[in-house]
Amino acid sequence: MWARAVWLAFRSGLGGCQAFSTKANFQGSGPITVEVIEHLERLALVDFGSREAVARLEKAIAFADRLRAVDTDGVEPMESVLEDRCLYLRSDKVAEGNCAEELLQNSHQVVEEYFVAPPGNISLPTLGEQERTLPTQLSSYSGKGVSCEHMKAQ
Amino acid sequence: MAAPILRWVGPGKRWALAWVDSSSSHRRVSPNGSASHRMREQRSVAQQSLHTAPKPRKGGHKWAAVVGLEVHAQISSNSKLFSGSQVSFAAPPNSLVSFFDASLPGTLPVLNRRCVEAAVMTGLALNCHINKKSLFDRKHYFYADLPAGYQITQQRLPIAVRGSLTYGVFVGNKRSHMATKTVRIKQIQLEQDSGKSLHDDLRSQTLIDLNRAGVGLLEMVLEPDLSCGEEAATVVRELQLILQALGTSKANMAEGQLRVDANISVHQPGEPLGIRTEVKNLNSIRFLARAIDHEIQRQISELESGGVILNETRSFDHRLGCTVPMRDKEGKQDYRFMPEPNLPPLVLYDTASLPVGVEPQQVINIDQIRDTLPELPRVTRERLVREYGMLPEHSFTLLNEVGLLQFFQSVMKETRAEPKKVTSWVLNVLLGYLKQHNLAVNESPITPSALAGLLDLLDSKAISSSAAKEVFEELWKGKAKTAAQIVSEKQLELMQDQEALEQLCQATMEGHPQVVTDMKTGNPKAINKLIGLVRKATLNRADPAVIKNILERLSA
Repeated sequence: MWARAVWLAFRSGLGGCQAFSTKANFQGSGPITVEVIEHLERLALVDFGSREAVARLEKAIAFADRLRAVDTDGVEPMESVLEDRCLYLRSDKVAEGNCAEELLQNSHQVVEEYFVAPPGNISLPTLGEQERTLPTQLSSYSGKGVSCEHMKAQ
Repeated sequence: MAAPILRWVGPGKRWALAWVDSSSSHRRVSPNGSASHRMREQRSVAQQSLHTAPKPRKGGHKWAAVVGLEVHAQISSNSKLFSGSQVSFAAPPNSLVSFFDASLPGTLPVLNRRCVEAAVMTGLALNCHINKKSLFDRKHYFYADLPAGYQITQQRLPIAVRGSLTYGVFVGNKRSHMATKTVRIKQIQLEQDSGKSLHDDLRSQTLIDLNRAGVGLLEMVLEPDLSCGEEAATVVRELQLILQALGTSKANMAEGQLRVDANISVHQPGEPLGIRTEVKNLNSIRFLARAIDHEIQRQISELESGGVILNETRSFDHRLGCTVPMRDKEGKQDYRFMPEPNLPPLVLYDTASLPVGVEPQQVINIDQIRDTLPELPRVTRERLVREYGMLPEHSFTLLNEVGLLQFFQSVMKETRAEPKKVTSWVLNVLLGYLKQHNLAVNESPITPSALAGLLDLLDSKAISSSAAKEVFEELWKGKAKTAAQIVSEKQLELMQDQEALEQLCQATMEGHPQVVTDMKTGNPKAINKLIGLVRKATLNRADPAVIKNILERLSA
């Protein structure tokens, strides 16, 4: 279960990795520290699990680092492949909604037309702890943990 | 159901520290030295004129407080920012949610034209530079009421930047003189609202209603040019008035259409900025002012007793009247901003750059929007001062009380009385009564017509001003009588017969020779006594000023 989550995380998570510098960025390819892994896991609610997974991450970063070989001085970054298109403006009319029943069917726990989520936000237990289990109660709209459906959507 | 409940745990909305952060954030050495110097100057000027600034404590330490506001205003539109579901305040849970709002796979955002127009209007009203090209980004954080796991916002290149807002503060303790100040606006951006979480602590669960998820918000980031709660309250009130005048937002704080977060720090003048705390959960202007002032005091006390200020998020508990820390497990938030891949850049035009052959519905012309802006509060006030000769303070009060301006204008339309008289009666008498009985203007038992009738009688000298007050009291009882009716019922009309009045004065003077002698020696109490006696004799139906004239004439 961990491994699958990790593979899927790589496939869709790679796009976001190289986009912008954050504090967790690491220049060049070097070993990734435990702090960075913890930070990423907390942010993205993924579980890197094994040492093998971290090694794969390092290889992926090294692969992407080859982009730095391109000289981009004086070149405006491309924000979007859609940059030549016009952003379509919709007129302000009500045309959707009123499908509460349909939407609520997606959640396995519902209380009086509300979605049910666990209290507060979910933080991962720290790396030191032995027992690490993915949350067992997953309601699709709780934003909790990583479910395959979510990864495909993003 | 309940009003939006604060989030206890988890990220919530934070002062974003990502991107290239230039001059304005607290606790950072400004890359541009002159900007921070300017800010320091502005703050020391602010300190001089404020009567509500915290008093310097023992030891002669003088602290300067720095307050920055982040305002989120819900855009007044029919449908949401990126989807066609309805925007409405009270509706059955999850009934105003489209597939996109629920973040179902395969759905895409489609931008609402009205929201863009609202952003441009607001930017123009706040003297901003409108970016002809702006970009959308994703701000990632996990929370149950954010189904997509990210919020679409405009962090890098927002729609409007570098604006300003002028506001008035009372100088001195008597609130008699107004000074204008300015707060700079860093940027205005379009972003999505999140859903609502209702915490059920009993059953240890959170109930999620996504009706609000995806509603368009205008986030206005103000530079930290403010220094106390009163300034912040005035700025927010002015912002409310502007948004309401433009029609871009109903800006009702109680209904959550206007949300304000405050970033507060203190420092000694001349020293670098202190560590800031963020205060949230402020749902009225009054609480905003109190929370800010309390937090400033708390920080000063903490620092003076040798403690340190933690960079944390606090919420305001209005029952205790103090700020309390919010449970904050996550520490500093990393939102992993990335460009929104599903939206190309938003391009706006002006008259000079209008594209040819494009459907007008797809084109937004900044110049056209500028030409159709409604009258802004500042302009309304200037007009009131010019047209009616009232003091600036009066114009502020007229606009600040909901409905008072319309009331005033209705009275002006129906009465012959002078504007100054009308202003005085509306602002002093009517407003005084309303405040005393804790009523809003639209709950006033006295209608504009009734007041107009009363003022007409006063203006034509049919009644004295003291009689007018009596009539007002009677009208307040709301028994649907007109002023004229009350006057005749209570026989409050002024004596019109000049001769009879003179005779009464003569008779009174003859009856009190000693007082007359005193009066002739210039004793002011004496003449007042005589006036009182004459008034009693006329059953209060004579104008004291007229009596005085007659007495003075007769005794000359």
